[in-house]
Amino acid sequence: MKYKDYYEILGVKRDAGADEIKTAYRRLARKYHPDVSKEKDAEEKFKEMAEAYEALKDPEKRAAYDQLGRHDPGQEFRPPPDWGQHFAQGQGGFDDIDLSDLFAGLAGQRGRGGARRSDRPMPGSDYEAVVRISFHQAFNGAEVDLELSALEWDADGGVRRVPHRVKTRIPRGVTDGEKLRVPGKGGRGRNGGPDGDLYLDIEVQVHPLYRISGQDLYVDLPLAPWEAVLGTSVNLPTPAGPVTLKVPAGSRAGQQMRLAGRGMARGSGAAGNLLAIVRIEVPTVVDDGQRKLYEELSAVSNFNPRAQLDQEAAR
Amino acid sequence: MIAPTDDALRLDTVTEVTWTQLVTASGLPEGELRELVQYGALVPTDPAAPTWTFESRWLVVARTASRLRRDFELDPHGVSVLLSYVERIERLEAELRSLRARLG
Repeated sequence: MKYKDYYEILGVKRDAGADEIKTAYRRLARKYHPDVSKEKDAEEKFKEMAEAYEALKDPEKRAAYDQLGRHDPGQEFRPPPDWGQHFAQGQGGFDDIDLSDLFAGLAGQRGRGGARRSDRPMPGSDYEAVVRISFHQAFNGAEVDLELSALEWDADGGVRRVPHRVKTRIPRGVTDGEKLRVPGKGGRGRNGGPDGDLYLDIEVQVHPLYRISGQDLYVDLPLAPWEAVLGTSVNLPTPAGPVTLKVPAGSRAGQQMRLAGRGMARGSGAAGNLLAIVRIEVPTVVDDGQRKLYEELSAVSNFNPRAQLDQEAAR
Repeated sequence: MIAPTDDALRLDTVTEVTWTQLVTASGLPEGELRELVQYGALVPTDPAAPTWTFESRWLVVARTASRLRRDFELDPHGVSVLLSYVERIERLEAELRSLRARLG
């Protein structure tokens, strides 16, 4: 098992008082709590400091932690033999568990102190997992295989990590940041208590073409200046397959062309729209022949794109 | 053996959960969750009904409440205030995402 220096994580000395530990934790929680922080790696950092605080705020757990001795962070170590009196070792020994599991084991044992209490039906814990899916998986729905790892207590109060595999169907039309619930797929209930649920935090990967806004999708439609002026017909990709889009003559940059029902569908409801936004692209290099044509156009055209600016300037 | 595939359920649908389910999912003491309802941080479908039911989206709010309570060592009133900020941040983030999608 790898050693973690809980004092160092909270930035306090080893002889720090309870108040000092609490203040240090609160200061860091304010900065890194994932519900309020946008710091990079906030979630990972917060987990670490919450784990450290959980162990150090409780005098009994802090004493047990101090008994583990002092090691370098990340260094492999084994708890001293007499540590076993606080901790009934699980079948898997100390190799497949983490330092935080060790303390969860301590808490679990303490919680199961009396026989009366251990007979009570206990609901299983809820699990939470981040699921990263592609744009197309979000659009079409997808089946995902999740390999989680869960803590399990044995009858003696020992703790071990067990693989927890869940196959789940993500419905079509989920959005980035959405939470889903898989009932009964969390931790196992004990003594007839119900199983916990599994909550999924959906992260939809950014697609190079399509941008999601609720159920609508946005895509850029680059046009050459003459296509915008004369109108054209383009082959436009959509998530459900390409369509031919007629671009009317006189299309302006920023104009949106709506393809009804080509956006994201949620459940059995109607699908959103796909909106193609006109962007006018210009060639950066033109040969002499083309330059001449542009010059001719410039000479004959009376189009003034800055009429409003000129009016304002003339005031 | 082929593992069965379970449906992941959306929380924005009109599926309802019972008060007991909400208490269990939140992990908060029932009295504290009741306080959150009194402060308007959790809203039952029919507050006047003899037994409360909630739209399933409140499960996430109740779980967030529990996390804020534990991680910031707040009382239910503090949690209710923070919940309104979290909700506002989420709404603004959704709006920002939507605007970014339009702008490209």
